[in-house]
Amino acid sequence: MPDLVLKGKAIKLGDNISTDDIIPGRFAHLRSNLPELAKHVLEDTVPGFASRVKSGDFLVAGKNLGLGSSREHAPVVIKMSGVGAILAKSAARIFFRNAINQGLPVLLCDTDKIGDGDELEVNLTGGMIANLTSGVALRCSKMPPIMSAILKEGGLIPYIQKHKDFKL
Amino acid sequence: MGKTLAEKILSLKSHGEAKAGDVVIADVDLAFVQDTTGPLTIRQFKESGFEALAEPQQTIIFLDHAAPSPEQQLSNDHILLRRFAEETGCRIYEVGEGICHQLVAENFANPGDIIVGADSHTVTAGALGAFATGMGSSDVAVALALGKTWFRVPESFLIELNGVFPRGVYAKDLVLYLIGQIGADGANYKALEFGGEALARITMSQRLTIANMAVEAGAKVGLFPGDKITQDFLIEHGRGDNYKPLYPDDEANYEQVIPVNLGQLEPMLSLPHAVDNVHPVTQVKGVKIQQAFIGTCTNGRLEDLAVAAEILKGKKRHPGTRLLIAPASRQVLIRAMDKGYIRNLLEAGAAILPPGCAACLGLHQGVLGDGEVCLSTANRNFKGRMGNPEAMIYLASPATAAASAIRGEITAPREIM
Repeated sequence: MPDLVLKGKAIKLGDNISTDDIIPGRFAHLRSNLPELAKHVLEDTVPGFASRVKSGDFLVAGKNLGLGSSREHAPVVIKMSGVGAILAKSAARIFFRNAINQGLPVLLCDTDKIGDGDELEVNLTGGMIANLTSGVALRCSKMPPIMSAILKEGGLIPYIQKHKDFKL
Repeated sequence: MGKTLAEKILSLKSHGEAKAGDVVIADVDLAFVQDTTGPLTIRQFKESGFEALAEPQQTIIFLDHAAPSPEQQLSNDHILLRRFAEETGCRIYEVGEGICHQLVAENFANPGDIIVGADSHTVTAGALGAFATGMGSSDVAVALALGKTWFRVPESFLIELNGVFPRGVYAKDLVLYLIGQIGADGANYKALEFGGEALARITMSQRLTIANMAVEAGAKVGLFPGDKITQDFLIEHGRGDNYKPLYPDDEANYEQVIPVNLGQLEPMLSLPHAVDNVHPVTQVKGVKIQQAFIGTCTNGRLEDLAVAAEILKGKKRHPGTRLLIAPASRQVLIRAMDKGYIRNLLEAGAAILPPGCAACLGLHQGVLGDGEVCLSTANRNFKGRMGNPEAMIYLASPATAAASAIRGEITAPREIM
């Protein structure tokens, strides 16, 4: 189960970061070798990302994060890189669902108010973000209760192991 | 209150009243994976503790994305998928049979079905009136075992099609135009539903092209009604009994209505590196291309090959431009051979690739070199999509691709036809 309050630094990306940007199709041969695959996370878009990211950092994107392919490997490698949560103005629907299914929180808010390197405190339970660098507080939009429940269990597989079925 | 197509199907399959914004649990009629998403699906399925499939005959593995396999690791993934099919009794489509979405259309999708696939272009089957949507491996793993999944019922946009395509303008030009208008996230979480008087003239092949790209505007589904054209297609493919008429209610509530006069469209292109970076071909013509690629779940069907063969017949590709053709399925390839299209294409200098995804996603069969430009009939032109972040991809119709292959530069079909 994810911590209820997370603290870390923002790594800022732009709009329309596709799942091909996050993990290009040319690495599909590594999809059954996730530690190797994870070394290539975002490498065409943010050179050096895998070595820059610290455990607990926040990936902060603009609009339409994760458009494109349904490859769940995209949130898998972001999570493996140490990212504690994703913040974005909007997220493409398959990516949004995949990230939650992997137990990786995605919070939708006005990320223009967050700069690269800002220190953030993210309250997952309340859906609030405190930008400790600028002093600005941001409210995140609510996700459907079933997604909150899946996230609370740490992802879809632990959710299903526990409940054996979907519960509305 | 009337219902949209999306609300109708989700009401029926959730055994209740589904209205836009509701979250429902719905029965899944068909679930599938392909070879790049299937291995993770199987690992998630097993980790969940599942052993049996809800419906083995309605569960399919397609080996199409890396087929035949270019790498050891991918060959081993194929072994894993074949073993899973043996263990569970699900269906498997081997290397060379075709692209998952084309095979679903030819063999499985029916009006009113719910189809989930671990591939974003699962939306293609919306052409047959199926609520078909892409999901990740975990969601599909659970759907395989439980035979159901949860959905937020989407709001719908009605795309109202009127008029007739001018010469040299096709369904691909229409859908590129629409994505340019709506934007890559303009229909995020929504359903696109197609209506209007022009529907009666829009063939199943064209509907598949249009529905296929609904996801490029962010949409969850791209839905056509079940009508006479759907019925004829189902009869042609040996499952006419599965036809049922499917129309939205007259008083259905649409979040937006977007009218399009087909007669005013012209050939369109998506420019690098975004699908919604759409411009008329006439504004971009003259860009040199090193590769033209005709195929994919968007434009690898018999009608597409017919258009390309007609333009290329008796002509040659430009010496500086490779021409790759990948039929979407074995059935398409056989019919294209019978009709003489394959001979025309080969005589024009084309390389014919096995039915499958081929060069579309950068794994094999047409990876681009540094600085190269490809004109592709696929659905995505993201940076790196065809295996090289230093390459440029333009998206267009098969006619524009064929005309451009002859000239060696981006060319509107009317200049050749």
